[in-house]
Amino acid sequence: MAILEVDGLKVYFHTRNGIVKAVDDVSFSVDSGETLAIVGESGSGKSVTCYSLLDLLPKPPAKIEGGTALFNGKDLLTCNTAEMREHRCNDIAVIFQDPMTSLNPFLTIGEQLIEPLIYHPNMDQRQGRSAAREKAIALLDEVGIINPENRFDSYPHEFSGGMRQRVMIAMALITEPKLLICDEPTTALDVTIQAQILELIKQLQQTRNVAVIFISHDLGVVAGIADKVIVMCEGTIREAGDTDRVFYRTQDKYTKKLLDAIPEGPKTILNRSDVSDNLVEVSHLKTYFIDQTHVQGGTGDRFIKAVDDISLTIARGEILGLVGESGSGKSTLGRSILQLAPTTAGTVKFQGQTLTGLNPKQLVPWRKKMQMIFQDPYASLNPRMTVFETLSEPLLYHGVATSKNIGHQVRQLMDDVGLAQSQLRKYPHEFSGGQRQRIAIGRAIATKPDFIIADEPVSALDVTIQAQILDLILNLVERHNLTMMFISHDLSVVRYISDRVIIMNRGVIVEQGKTEAVWANPEASYTKNLLAAIPLADPEAERARINNR
Amino acid sequence: MIKFALGRLLQAIPVLLVVITATFFLVHSAPGGPFSADKAVPPEVIKALEAQYNLDQPVWQQYFNYLGDVVKGDFGPSFKYSGRTVNELIAAGLPTTAELAFYAMLIAVGIGVLAGVTASLRPNTMQDYVPMTAAMIGICMPSFLLGPLLVLVFGIYLDWLPISGWGDIPGDKILPSITLGTGYAAYIARLSRGGMLEVLSQDYIRTARAKGLSEPLIIIKHALRGGLIPVVAFLGPAFAGLLGGSFVVETIFQIPGLGRFYVQAAFNRDYTLILGMTVFFSTLIIVFNLLSDMLAIWLNPKLRQEIRGTK
Amino acid sequence: MAEPVKDMTKEFEEHGSSLWKDAWIKLRKNHMALFGLSVLVILIFSSLLTPWIAPYSYEAQNLDLGATAPSMAHWLGTDIFGRDMLTRIMYGGRVSLMVGFIATAVALVIGILWGATAGFFGGRIDALMMRIVDILYALPFMIFIVLLMVVFGRNILLLFLAIGAVEWLTMARIVRGQVMALRNLEFVEAANSLGLSQWTIIRRHIIPNTLGPVIVYTTLTIPSVMLLEAFLSFLGLGIQPPESSWGLLINYGVETMEEYPWLLMFPGIALSLTLFALNFLGDGLRDALDPRTSKD
Repeated sequence: MAILEVDGLKVYFHTRNGIVKAVDDVSFSVDSGETLAIVGESGSGKSVTCYSLLDLLPKPPAKIEGGTALFNGKDLLTCNTAEMREHRCNDIAVIFQDPMTSLNPFLTIGEQLIEPLIYHPNMDQRQGRSAAREKAIALLDEVGIINPENRFDSYPHEFSGGMRQRVMIAMALITEPKLLICDEPTTALDVTIQAQILELIKQLQQTRNVAVIFISHDLGVVAGIADKVIVMCEGTIREAGDTDRVFYRTQDKYTKKLLDAIPEGPKTILNRSDVSDNLVEVSHLKTYFIDQTHVQGGTGDRFIKAVDDISLTIARGEILGLVGESGSGKSTLGRSILQLAPTTAGTVKFQGQTLTGLNPKQLVPWRKKMQMIFQDPYASLNPRMTVFETLSEPLLYHGVATSKNIGHQVRQLMDDVGLAQSQLRKYPHEFSGGQRQRIAIGRAIATKPDFIIADEPVSALDVTIQAQILDLILNLVERHNLTMMFISHDLSVVRYISDRVIIMNRGVIVEQGKTEAVWANPEASYTKNLLAAIPLADPEAERARINNR
Repeated sequence: MIKFALGRLLQAIPVLLVVITATFFLVHSAPGGPFSADKAVPPEVIKALEAQYNLDQPVWQQYFNYLGDVVKGDFGPSFKYSGRTVNELIAAGLPTTAELAFYAMLIAVGIGVLAGVTASLRPNTMQDYVPMTAAMIGICMPSFLLGPLLVLVFGIYLDWLPISGWGDIPGDKILPSITLGTGYAAYIARLSRGGMLEVLSQDYIRTARAKGLSEPLIIIKHALRGGLIPVVAFLGPAFAGLLGGSFVVETIFQIPGLGRFYVQAAFNRDYTLILGMTVFFSTLIIVFNLLSDMLAIWLNPKLRQEIRGTK
Repeated sequence: MAEPVKDMTKEFEEHGSSLWKDAWIKLRKNHMALFGLSVLVILIFSSLLTPWIAPYSYEAQNLDLGATAPSMAHWLGTDIFGRDMLTRIMYGGRVSLMVGFIATAVALVIGILWGATAGFFGGRIDALMMRIVDILYALPFMIFIVLLMVVFGRNILLLFLAIGAVEWLTMARIVRGQVMALRNLEFVEAANSLGLSQWTIIRRHIIPNTLGPVIVYTTLTIPSVMLLEAFLSFLGLGIQPPESSWGLLINYGVETMEEYPWLLMFPGIALSLTLFALNFLGDGLRDALDPRTSKD
C-alpha cells in the first residue's frame, strides 16, 4: 500500500496581479522504500507541491484549493496544527536545497539536531537532552561527519557546504521519518560533492526503507536514483511513470524537449582553431588577494592565491573550456586575462601586445576587441537603462556607430541575439532570465570583438533555456569568427561547446588537452574523479556507474 | 573577548580626547568671559576671580592643566555655584537622572520589543497596523509635546498623577518616565518589527517548522536572537538620546537631575560645569555605545569566533 | 513613402516601464504616503506664500484682545498678546521647514560626496574615511549642538550647519554601502570591460542606482532635523524671537497651557502632522523603491 497518496492537489497563489495556479490538479503516490522523482524547471510547481504537504507555504498568498494528500490514510491537507506537528515530527522530513541558509546560524548544529526530540509534541516520545545527544552523535557519524563528538557543538558556518548538507540529512533522519522529501539537495554543491551526497541518500534510504520524494531540475541526477519519475511544467504533470519508461520510451513532448536540451556528447560544430596564430598568451600569471580573515594573525598564508602561476595560450578561432569547482579560481583567471582583476605577477598578451601594466586609458582600444559575458542575468544589466541604452553604450563609446545610424545598428544587434525589435524601449526587469542573457550577449558582441570570455553564461538558466543560449553562442561564434574562453563548472556543457579544455583546481591548471582526448583518457586523478561524478540522463548507465563506485 | 573590549576601549581614548579638546577650546573662545555677564563688576574683582580660577594663565597651560585634572577625575569648581565643585554637582544629579533613564529604557525596550514582535508575526493585518500606527504616532510626538500633554490630561484635567518632582510624592515618577521612554519605544518597535520580519523570512525558520517545532518555540529560540540584533545595536545610541531627552523632561517636570543642571548651566554660562558635564556625558555615551556594540557582536556566533580567533 | 515608415516606428516604440514609473504606480496605491505627499506640498506652498496669504501681519498685536479661543475672526485663536495664532503658526512653519530643508541639503551634499568617494575608491581611502565617520558617530552631537548654541549665541545659520553636520554621517554610510554593493555588481564590471571611463561609470551606472535609497533617507532626514530644531527651540537654545518656529511656539504654549490649551495644541498638531506626513511618505517611498518588492 502506498504510504502517501496525493490526489487532485491544487495550490493557487493569490497575488496582486491575479491568481497563479502554482499546482493544478496533481496526483501521485509513493510506497515505502521507493524513490519518486519530481522533475521540472523553475516555476513548474515541483517544490510548491511538496511544501503544501507539510503546510510550509506562506499563507497568504498561497492557498490550497482542492485535493487530498493521504498519508497512511490520513489527509495532510485538512489536519489541524497539532496533528501537523505530529506528522512533521514523526512521519515526514525535508532536506532543503541550500544548507547554508537552511541551518540557523545562531545555534550549534547539535542543538538544531536534537530539537525535534527534546521538544517532541508527544510527551511519551519526548527524550532527554543526553539521550538525544547520543542519538545525534551516532547519526552524525553515520552521515560521515568526522569526529562527531566535538563537531556537535560547532556552528553551521564552521562546516563546508557538503558537510553542512550531511548535517541537514542527519537532522532530517533523527526523527526516523517514513517519508523523506529532498528539495534539490545537491543543486548548491560541486559535482564531486553532489555524487557523494546522492550516494549517501541512496544508502540511508535502503538501510531505513523510507519513501523518498526527490525534487530536481536535473534529469541526470534523477536517472540513477529514482524508481518513478514525474515531469511537471507550469503546475501540471506532463508525464509520469517508471524511470526507464520515461527516459527510454518518452511520450510527452515537453519531456522530450527537456531530455533533448541536456547537453550530451562531444561538440558537433567544426573546430575552427588556427593553431599557428595565438590570439591570447598568458604566462606565469598570478592573482593574489589579501585574505581578510587572516590579516591579524601574522603567521602563515596571508594571501588567497586565486590564480597561481598559470600559463596558457588560446588560438584564434578556438573555443577553450575552463572547468573548475567553486573556489578553483576560474572566474578570477578570466577577469585577470581581461585586466578586470588586478594581477600580481606574470603577463597577458593579446594579439602580441602585452596588456599587463597598461593603464586604463591605454587599455581602451583593446577593450573593444575583448569582451565578457557574465553569469547572473539579473545583475549584469543596469536596471535603470533600457535595452536600447544598454546596447547603444558600447557602440557609441567605441565609435562603431554614429548617432545617425545607431538605431539601425542596435536593431541589427537585437536580430543577432534573437530578440524582437519592438522591445527596444523596455527595461531589464520586464524580460525573462534567458532574454536578459541575450541582451547581455548582445552588449558583448556589439563592438565586434575578437575574443569573448563567457563566465558561466548558462548556469543560472533552466535547461531548455540553457540549450537555446548555448546554440546562440555557438551560432555567434561561427558567424562573427569569435575566439572564446568558456568558463563553467558543468562538464557536460563544456564538452558540448569546447574544442579544448583546461581543468583548474585551487588556482593551478590540473590538466589540459583536446576535449575528447581528456574525456577518453583523463590523466590527473582530480580529472578522473570529476568526470566520474557527472550524472548522466541515462538510467541504466547511471545505475551501472553508481554500482561501480 | 576581554582583549577585544580593551582594544575598543583604547580606541575610545582618542575620541574622548577630541571631545575634551573641542569642548575646551569652544568654551574658551566664547565671546565674553563668564564674569562679564550681568552687572558692571569692578576690574579688580574680575582680576581676583580670574586668578582664583587660573584664567589669567595662557590658554594652552589652562588646557593641559584641565586635561591633567580630568585624567584624575577632577572637573574643577563651578563658576556659578560658588563653593561647589562640578564633581559634587554631577554626583548630586546623577542618581536621579540614572533612575529616570533606567525606567525610560525599561519602557522603551519592554513595550517596543513586545509591540514590534507582535506586529511582525502577522504582517499587514490589524495585529500589525495597530501597534505600528501607534509607533508612528510615538515617533511624531516628541517628548516636549508629549510631556505637557500628559501633564495637562493626567495631571490637571483628570488629576490622577503629580506633575512635578522626583521621589517626593508617590507616583511622580510615572509621567516623566513615560514621556522620556515613549519615543524610543516607538523606534524600537519599528526596529524589532523590521528585524523579525527579515529573520522570519529566512530559510532556517522554514527548516524549524519542518522539524515540527511549535510556533512559540520557533519565535523565541530561532527568530528572536537574530531579529533583535538591530535593537541591541541601537541601545547605545538610544542611551545617548535618552540623556539628551532628559534635558527636556527634567525641565518640564522640574526634576533635579543632570539634564536640568546642564540646561541651567547653559543659560548661566557656567563654563566649567558645561565643560565637565559634556566630558562626563561623552564618556558615558561612548561606554554605552561600546557595550551595546559588544553585546550585538556576542550574540552572533560567527563574529564572536572571529574575535576569539584573532586575539 | 512617409506613411509606412511612420507605422514602423510606431511598432518599434513599444515603451517599457522604468523602475521609476513602477515605483510611482506603487506609491500611488499607498494612501498614507499620498496623504503625506499632499500635506508636504500644501505646507511648502503655504510657506512660500505666507506673507501674502497669512490672514494677519506677523507683528500685529492686539493687547486689548489678549488670548482668545478659536473664532471666526481668528480660526486658531490668539495668543496672550492678541496675535493671530494661524499667522504665527504659518510664519513658524516657514522657519521650521526651512531649517529642515536646508540642513538636510547640507547633510545630503556632504554625505553623498563623502560616501560615494569612500565607496568608489575602496581600500585604504575607504578605511580612513569611514574611520573618521565612526569617530564622529561616537561623539555626543546633541550635547555639542547645545554647547555650540550656548557659546556662539542662537545663530540660525550656525544651527543649519550644526544639524547638517550631524545628519551627513548616516547619509555617508548609506551611500557608501550602496556604492560598494553596486561596484561589485556585474553590470558595473561589464561597463569596466567596455573601457568606459570611471566618471562615465559613476554618472551612468552608479548614481542612478543609488538615488532610490538617497531619496528615501532624505525624506526621513527632514523630519528628524525639524524635530532637532524644535527640541532646541523648546529649550530656548534654537530659534530666537522675534523669529518664530513651531518648537518655540510649543514652548510658549506650555507656559500657558492650563489657561489657554489651544496655544499648545495648534503648534503641536502642526508639528506632529508634518512629521507624520514626512515619515509616512518616507516609508511609502522605501516600499515603492525597494527592488525586492518590485519583482512580484
